[in-house]
Formats: sequence, C-alpha cells, structure tokens
Amino acid sequence: MEKRVIFRGWLLPICLVAPQLIISVVFFFYPAAQAVWQSLFIPDPFGLSAQYVGLGNFEYLLSDKYYRASFVTTAVFSILVTLCSMVPALFLAVCADRLIKSSGIYRTLLIWPYAVAPAVAGVLWMFMFNTRVGIISWYLGQLGYDWNHVLNDGEAMGLVVVASAWGRISYNFLFFFAALQSVPKSVIEAGAIDGARFWRRFFDIVLPLITPTAFFLMVVNVVYSFFETFGVIHTITSGGPQQATTILVYKVFSDGFVGQDLGSSSAQSVILLVLVGALTIIQFKYVEKRVHY
Amino acid sequence: MTYVSLNSVKKSFGPTEVIHGVTMDIKEGEFIVIVGPSGCGKSTLLRMVAGLETISSGEIEIAGVVVNDKEPMDRNIAMVFQNYALYPHMTVYQNMGYGLKLAGDSKAEIDQKVQDAAELLQLSELLNRKPRQLSGGQRQRVAMGRAIVRKPSVFLFDEPLSNLDAKLRVQMRLEIRDLQRKLGITSLYVTHDQVEAMTMADRMIVMNGGRAEQIGTPLDVYRKPSSLFAAQFIGSPAMNIFDARIENNTLQMGETIIAAIEMPDQAVKLGIRPEHFVPSPTGAIKISIKATEPLGANTLLHGKLSGMGQNITVSMQGVHELSEINPTMAFDVERENIHLFDASNGKRLS
Ligand SMILES: Nc1ncnc2c1ncn2[C@@H]1O[C@H](COP(=O)(O)OP(=O)(O)OP(=O)(O)O)[C@@H](O)[C@H]1O
Ligand SMILES: [Mg+2]
Repeated sequence: MEKRVIFRGWLLPICLVAPQLIISVVFFFYPAAQAVWQSLFIPDPFGLSAQYVGLGNFEYLLSDKYYRASFVTTAVFSILVTLCSMVPALFLAVCADRLIKSSGIYRTLLIWPYAVAPAVAGVLWMFMFNTRVGIISWYLGQLGYDWNHVLNDGEAMGLVVVASAWGRISYNFLFFFAALQSVPKSVIEAGAIDGARFWRRFFDIVLPLITPTAFFLMVVNVVYSFFETFGVIHTITSGGPQQATTILVYKVFSDGFVGQDLGSSSAQSVILLVLVGALTIIQFKYVEKRVHY
Repeated sequence: MTYVSLNSVKKSFGPTEVIHGVTMDIKEGEFIVIVGPSGCGKSTLLRMVAGLETISSGEIEIAGVVVNDKEPMDRNIAMVFQNYALYPHMTVYQNMGYGLKLAGDSKAEIDQKVQDAAELLQLSELLNRKPRQLSGGQRQRVAMGRAIVRKPSVFLFDEPLSNLDAKLRVQMRLEIRDLQRKLGITSLYVTHDQVEAMTMADRMIVMNGGRAEQIGTPLDVYRKPSSLFAAQFIGSPAMNIFDARIENNTLQMGETIIAAIEMPDQAVKLGIRPEHFVPSPTGAIKISIKATEPLGANTLLHGKLSGMGQNITVSMQGVHELSEINPTMAFDVERENIHLFDASNGKRLS
C-alpha cells in the first residue's frame, strides 16, 4: 500500500517545494546555464565586451597540454582519494563490527573528522607537514627523510590526497559499519562452520554482500574528490608545484579567477559537468546490473 | 559407543547463567532431539556444540576429543539454521560446494559430491539458481545439502522446519529422519514442537529454564515423565494435573478415592493424560461435560470434575456430539496411567 498525502490546490505543495527549487535554480541551474553561455565567448581582458567564438574555447582546451595533464592529475587524485578514504574506512568498520560493545566510543571518535570543514582540514594538515614548522615533517626529518611538498610533486599529491581522504573516512565508515551490521549473523556463522576463517569469510561472504554500499560510496567519493576537495588543495598547495595538484575543478578556479579567462573557465565547467554526470550515470547503471544477488 | 558427550556443560552470558549444567552421552548414529519452550536455552546448547558460543564451564567431547577450545571448522560438524543462512550471492551449487572448496577438494571431487547430494535431495534441477529464486522448502533442502556434502561427523539442526507450512513440515520431518538413518550421522535437533520431538527422536532432552528435565526415549518420557514440566510439555493435548493427596494408602481427590496406593501420607499432584480415561459406569472420576471437539478419529471432551470445579480434558475414541452424550460421565484410570508428582518440587513420585 502506498502512503501518500493528497493536497488540495496548488499553493501549499508549491510553498513546500519552493525553498529547494529556489536554491537549485539560483545556485545550480542559473550558474550552469550562464557557464554554458559564457563558454561560447572570449571576453576582453577588462570584461567589458565579449566575442562569440562558438566551440572555440572547447577546441582550444582539448588541444591544450596543461588541460590534458590536469585530466590525468584528476584521475590519479580521485582514484587515490577514493581508495584512501574507502579502504581504511572499511577496515575500521570491520574492526568495529568485531567488537560491537566498545564501538560506541570508537564510532564517536571516528565521526569527528567529518565535522571538520575541508579548508580547515587543509590548514591542519598543512601545518603538520609544513616544511619549516610542521611536527610531522620534523619527525620525518629526524628519521632522515627530507619532506618538502612545496617542491616535490609526489609529496604534494600525497599530502592533498591524505588531507582530502581523511575527513571522508568517518563518513564512509558509518555506511560500511551499517552495511556490515546488516549482514545476517547466521550466514557468517555458516561460513565459519563451512571452514572459512575470518578474512576468508570477509572476502567470500561479507564483501559480496556489502557491494551495494561500496558502490554507492564509490560514486559519492568520486564526486567528492572532483568538487569538494577544492578547499584542501587551495589551502595546501594552490595547485602546485607546477600544476602537479591542479585538478580540473582547481583549474576552473585558477583560469577563471586568477587568470581571468572566463570563457575557457566556463568551458571547463561545462566539460566537468558533463563528465561527472556521465560518470554517475555509468556507475549507477553498473550498480543496478552487477550488484543484485 | 559414546560419540558426543556433554559433561556438566554450563553457559553464562555476563552474570546470567542460562544453561545450568547439562550432562549427556550420545551414541554414534543417534538422533537426539532437544525440546523445550522458547528461551529455555536449546539454541545456546546446540551452538556450544557447534563452537559458535564459548563454553563457560564443563566439557564437550566429539569422537573422543575435547572440543571446548576448537573453532567450529575444526569440529567436523555441519549445521542447518532456522533461517537456512544460505549465501545469498552464491548459486545452489556454490552454496553446497563452498565447504568442499575450502577443504581443498578438486573441482571434479566437488562436482561429484554436489551432484550426488543434489540427487539425494532432488535439487539437481535447481543447481544454478540463487537462494532468492527458491521456495521455502527448496531452501530448506539446500541447507540440508550444504550440511551433508561434507560428510560431517555430527549434524546440528536448529528448528529447521519452523518456517515451513504444516504439510511441508510433516513431509520434511520424514525426509530428514530418513536421510539421517541412511547416512547414519549422529544428530542433534532443536525444536519447540513436541510432535516433532516425539516422532523424530531416538532420545530426547526435555529442557526447561536451562536444565535438562529429562533425557530418554520418547516413550520413556511419555510413559514416565520425570517431572511435572516434562509431563505437561510432552503429549497433546496436555496432561491433566490435579491437586490430590495420599491418605491411608489411598489416593484421594476431594472426597473421592481414586485408587489404592502405598505411600506415606502427603499432598501430591496427580497427572492423567486425556487419552487414558476409560469410560466406566462405576468409575470414580465423574465429569460434567461442557463442550466437545470432534477431531475425527477421536473427540475431546472438555468439562469440570463434579463437585470440584477443576477443568479437565478427556480424549475419547470416535465422534461424539455434545447433544448425544450423557452430560455427566464417569471414568476410570488404570494404575499405570496414574502419574504422581511431589506437590512442592514437581518431581515424579511414582
Ligand atoms: N547473546 C546473548 N546474550 C545474552 N543472553 C542471551 C544471548 N543469547 C541468548 N541469551 C539468553 O539465553 C536464554 C536462552 O536462549 P536460547 O536462544 O538458547 O533459547 P531457545 O531455547 O533457543 O529459544 P527459542 O525457542 O525461542 O529459539 C534466553 O533467556 C536468552 O535471553
Ligand atoms: Mg532458539
């Protein structure tokens, strides 16, 4: 039986959906439409006039080697962020699931990072790894490792990945933990009687049963790493060194607001929009097909 | 030859003890039914044998080896769960073959064993289905199949039939018993259904509040229940229990003398099964009948003891309507069908 509230008239339903609609229109549809429009123009340096260039911005972008490099950077970055935020989360959830009793405190502790805003998290990690005053870089120095993410590409990437993934671990943990708890205990016990030890049971029985959650989290985390990591990157590396951490969304910002090339920046936004839309659709299609057991 | 032995096995969850010491020796190939009301600790006892719960004190031995500290997989047992606990993402074939695969059998061996078991259980057509594509009875069979392919030394069943409808339950009960006889595997079977217990068991453990009230063959328990609890739990409809007393070597209920019994004077509980009342014009037990329930082969008469007001149920052969029978009838009971229990602790007196 379907439970529905039937409204008489139009006023109330419209009032109820209006806030969400207005927010979507003002902050999503309107800017998106404007981005599509602007991507067809090249404005002059003072922003006083614009020249229509059709798909010229897109053509230029696709042949630009920096833009292509940013694609690769983004791919590497989002794969790493997704892995670094999901694998530890899953591991922690498995541990918590094993000792349900103490998981109350344990869970609360794990939720904290999620409450930290990305930019704040970025500053936090930046301080810890600061090449001159950072506590962790100092320890690394003691161990004979010369940490310098300002100059070293790999270290810069590593740091922004860790800083971005860190806060997500708690979010992923919650979902994984709930999924693990919903795996019937008797199925796991049947596995134990059949002769599977803990990790064997985990890979053969538990993991397949929580794939729907894992796929959902993958989609969410990929989208996160595409967009919401801006604050972290901006505070820690500002896309450097030499664009080593300039992911697509950061390039939109730096080309548009720093470089003042609004046409190119808009075209990049449009590409990003299409890309993430396509990724999401593909992932959910795959989820639908694959994950039903 | 003892195969599984429980030696004052106890279980506590935190400070609460839920199994208060069960001792039993089980012979090889025996079918043991653990029966009792909900919450009496049947599953807990079974799970201790399986190794899914730790043993708080006492010992469990399987095939001469103390298994207290052994993992479930090292006990060579198989278990059928109430909800079957099939692996939802695996096919029937994979479900049955998983244990064999872990045991390191070759593909050919696995195939052979799974096909054999599938044939035995009439599952051959269903091997490529997933559990969700099966009916309840079929899932039950798969769970059985998964248990038998590994040729375990002990079978454990935890209410395997309670999710099936009445007809299927009767059929599966026969099938399980048949299969167990064929394979000769020692089995422990948990149920709260006394009919299942009576029909399937070689011997049964009647449990109550974490204690084994009685261990014996179904007929033993039926004929000589060792306590009031066992007397009322086994048998359907349940045994009638009356307050009575022994005075001057006679058993008396109110003013009525039921039988001569040599025993010291004391208050007792008198138990008589509904099917053991024999109509007799000179009978000592007079009943005013209030309602009848014809069941076909027999009829249940519900009434009150004349002059006493205690409720009583009598089972009589044949079909009887309330309108056709005498509203007050007299019955006799043979001495061997009179059960006497201690009025204070419920233990059997004779
Ligand atoms: N994990 C646990 N923690 C605490 N108490 C438990 C736990 N498992 C069972 N118990 C308690 O132990 C007692 C016996 O439980 P058990 O599951 O063995 O009963 P049962 O005879 O199988 O009942 P049912 O017929 O309802 O399945 C119950 O009182 C139950 O509350
Ligand atoms: Mg139970």
